[in-house]
Amino acid sequence: MNIQVTVNGKSHEKEVDPRLLLVHFLREDLGLTGTKIGCDTSQCGACVVKMDGVTVKSCTCLAVQADGSEITTIEGIATNGELHPVQEAFWEKHGLQCGYCTAGMIMTTVELLEKNPDPSEDQVREGLKGNICRCTGYQNIVRAVLAAAEAQRS
Amino acid sequence: MTTRIFGSGIRRREDPRLITGGATYTDDVQLPGMVHAAILRSPHAHAKISSIDTSAASGAPGVVAVYTGADTDGVLNPIPCAWLPPDCDIKAVDHPAIAKDVVRYQGDAVAVVVAEDRYQAEDALELIKVDYEILPSVVNPEAAMQAGAPQIHEDAPNNQAFHWVADGGDSDAAFANADVIVKETIIQQRLIPHAMEPRSAVANWTVAMGELTLWSTSQNPHIVRFLGSLVTGIPEHKIRVIATEVGGGFGSKLPMYADEMIISFCSMQLNRPVKWTATRSEGFLATIHGRDHVEHVELAATREGKITGIRSVVYAGMGAYLSTAGPGVPTILHGLIYSGPYDIGATKADIYGVFSNTTPVDTCRGAGRPEATFLIERLIDLLAVELGTDPVELRRKNLIPKFEDGHDVASGITYDSGDYEPLLNMVLGHVDYQALRQEQARMRERGAYMGIGVTCYVEICGLGPSQVAGAVGFGGGLWESAIVRFHPTGKVNAYIGTSPHGQGEETTFAQIIADELGVDVDDVGVIHGDTSNTPMGWGTYGSRTSTVGGAAVALAARKIKEKARLLAAHLLEAAEADVEYEDGKFFVKGSPDRSKTIQEIATMANVAWNMPEGMEPGLEASAFYDPPNFVYPFGTHLAVVEVDPDNGHIEVKRYVAGDDCGPQINPMIVEGQVHGGVVHGVGQALWEGVVYDENGQLLTGSMTDYALPRAHMFPDMEILSTVTPSPHNPLGVKGIGETGAIASTVTIYNAVIDALRPLGVTHIDMPLTPEKVWQAIRQGQGS
Repeated sequence: MNIQVTVNGKSHEKEVDPRLLLVHFLREDLGLTGTKIGCDTSQCGACVVKMDGVTVKSCTCLAVQADGSEITTIEGIATNGELHPVQEAFWEKHGLQCGYCTAGMIMTTVELLEKNPDPSEDQVREGLKGNICRCTGYQNIVRAVLAAAEAQRS
Repeated sequence: MTTRIFGSGIRRREDPRLITGGATYTDDVQLPGMVHAAILRSPHAHAKISSIDTSAASGAPGVVAVYTGADTDGVLNPIPCAWLPPDCDIKAVDHPAIAKDVVRYQGDAVAVVVAEDRYQAEDALELIKVDYEILPSVVNPEAAMQAGAPQIHEDAPNNQAFHWVADGGDSDAAFANADVIVKETIIQQRLIPHAMEPRSAVANWTVAMGELTLWSTSQNPHIVRFLGSLVTGIPEHKIRVIATEVGGGFGSKLPMYADEMIISFCSMQLNRPVKWTATRSEGFLATIHGRDHVEHVELAATREGKITGIRSVVYAGMGAYLSTAGPGVPTILHGLIYSGPYDIGATKADIYGVFSNTTPVDTCRGAGRPEATFLIERLIDLLAVELGTDPVELRRKNLIPKFEDGHDVASGITYDSGDYEPLLNMVLGHVDYQALRQEQARMRERGAYMGIGVTCYVEICGLGPSQVAGAVGFGGGLWESAIVRFHPTGKVNAYIGTSPHGQGEETTFAQIIADELGVDVDDVGVIHGDTSNTPMGWGTYGSRTSTVGGAAVALAARKIKEKARLLAAHLLEAAEADVEYEDGKFFVKGSPDRSKTIQEIATMANVAWNMPEGMEPGLEASAFYDPPNFVYPFGTHLAVVEVDPDNGHIEVKRYVAGDDCGPQINPMIVEGQVHGGVVHGVGQALWEGVVYDENGQLLTGSMTDYALPRAHMFPDMEILSTVTPSPHNPLGVKGIGETGAIASTVTIYNAVIDALRPLGVTHIDMPLTPEKVWQAIRQGQGS
């Protein structure tokens, strides 16, 4: 099937197999390998991207379902070489160790803060429960999200 | 050394590539002409392979090749176990890369398909027809040793892989003369380490050169090269292993797996690059598991609460084959540390390693030491109940007093340094322990069940002296090496043998070097993970990277500085004795204006226009560090939990981690290690556990069925520390990567049982799921 998808502001038209997963389309057809695959049951959230402004787990979405949509991946959130405030906060607060869950965590956080610019710690923890990290025990991720919220509000 | 940046929580230089999606992990590697492999795995725990028909798969769209055990037999040597403890009758059974006649666990490789894309490879797997003759299987390690149990390997009668005993002091006398003996049976349930990055390999054989490049999700690429050369027969110098970006390990990426060798075999057959990446479900079956002990343990004490002995009989599941370091875990890393931080006259560990029809068992964060800490601390809480004393005071009474340079314990090892009581006091003071106990009493009066768990631990890490490695059957050395090199512009690179995969040593090692050489930390880069440009190293595990690898880096830097001093004297036209050093600058004594920075000297050394006679150009050094002993971090952890008796739900209210890992190179990173370790260990106590059915079918085979800790399941931790340097380490540092997991499982467990004691509950097998807690409460109440 032929699909047209705008990814990080750039339009792509491609012929894809109807069963191709969006995450494989992004990683292998477009070479955007920042989005990761951590499981095969929609549990871990490493593959989270934004599709038309809403986060989706791209391992549970077919590329053809993305036809006509606008997608933002981890590669597309910094502007003019300047890190997104959420990226900056993850760096500053040591919100990552091995980095494998990080793209999904950051994309989830971006949306979380769009919906709730001033979340409580509990709301942050609830908001991240679809993303698994094995390195950090989540503590510094929570700190990073709260710091990003504060930075974005000021 | 002037301390300028050592000890400072600077942010990590690894992070910019990781937060922007710019890092290249193994599955991100794309090579021209690359094809994709998928591995067919046994659906049965134990079966004879009667026949395999690959014809349909071979003709499927996109399929390039299909191989079975008949193809790899005699080409790939068996997958070796690299830790064979001596004097324990160990059975190093054959582990073929692809099973040929018999499969021994659900997940054993049976065939491999290579196709143009991964979808086609997966499709073709389904077309392979295998006839299995199903054999009886056994899962539980204690059951596997009983008479009549199915036999897994012909040359391992009773499925006994080894029988290892460490008997220090006179444990028979300790128990014969004891006033009080407490006993317990502990199930250390099987865990799955779960690095977030699934295992992956890209093999690229260049036939013209006879060289193999293997991108591998490994914690120790040099070991993969070393063992890989034994398995493939490719000379070691013609193998390059790359593991520069690895998405976590937790012990699961330490072993030498069959799969990476199968993929290498495919590339060699096809003369094309081949990629394989495990799906998560595949990882559940074919990536090592951890723990899996059935332990019968007991403790002897006087009526006054002086502990006199600890002993165990442990059935340690090894899985279907001996994994790389598997046998070392329940023995050396477990049985030698039964004293914990306590003065105990006799300890005896009686360990049976047992084959079962399950995924092989190897290192999982803490590896052996969480199990040891659990049994000691659990027994002490049982003793406190038996004696009617406060569990904290009982611990305090038995702590080893402060020592700065060596303390021998019953098992025969020598702790390096320790000062246990101040940290215990710090943690107790932090929470106001007495007030907590009073609150607990008040809550109980109104039918609310709060519990407190306190753990004192010491662990053995920083593996380790190579001589000891040899003596305990480890098939390699345990030293580390580093090359530190000044470039012509005065910038520095360090090339290290260890292989960090999330622990941040690109940053912390730069901090060490910056201070040793008096240069800006941003002028130092750290290169790791590629055997073609790093010196030999034994890898990152056992909390050894900073202690052993960091020491090698410091020693290399110190060698450089000595050469720089000689060159400085020459350039400053001064006698060597008159040259002084401060903060990256050499100057003539009494004339601080006659000076050269070390970076200026580096430039001269590199252009070599004006060198002293006989001095070689360049400013670099290589150092090897073989530690004289292990290091022994310690600490006190405390948890407060509340249990809802109506539904068995456990809420962790507070968690305090007090740890002493010596001087902290980067406290931010140390805290991060503690956070991750603690939550990993809490996962074992409350949520995680592998379940097989009686036929060896893995029931917890996906993240939907195996519960991992998530952000909303745990509160903010409170982190405390003291600093007791290791006397033998050049930096004084001890390890911190595993302490959290070592201490937290039993801390939470003891807190939960403490909460439930008024309800008659004394024991629940982990994980402490609400259903099990609720059942235990009902049984405790006699209903």
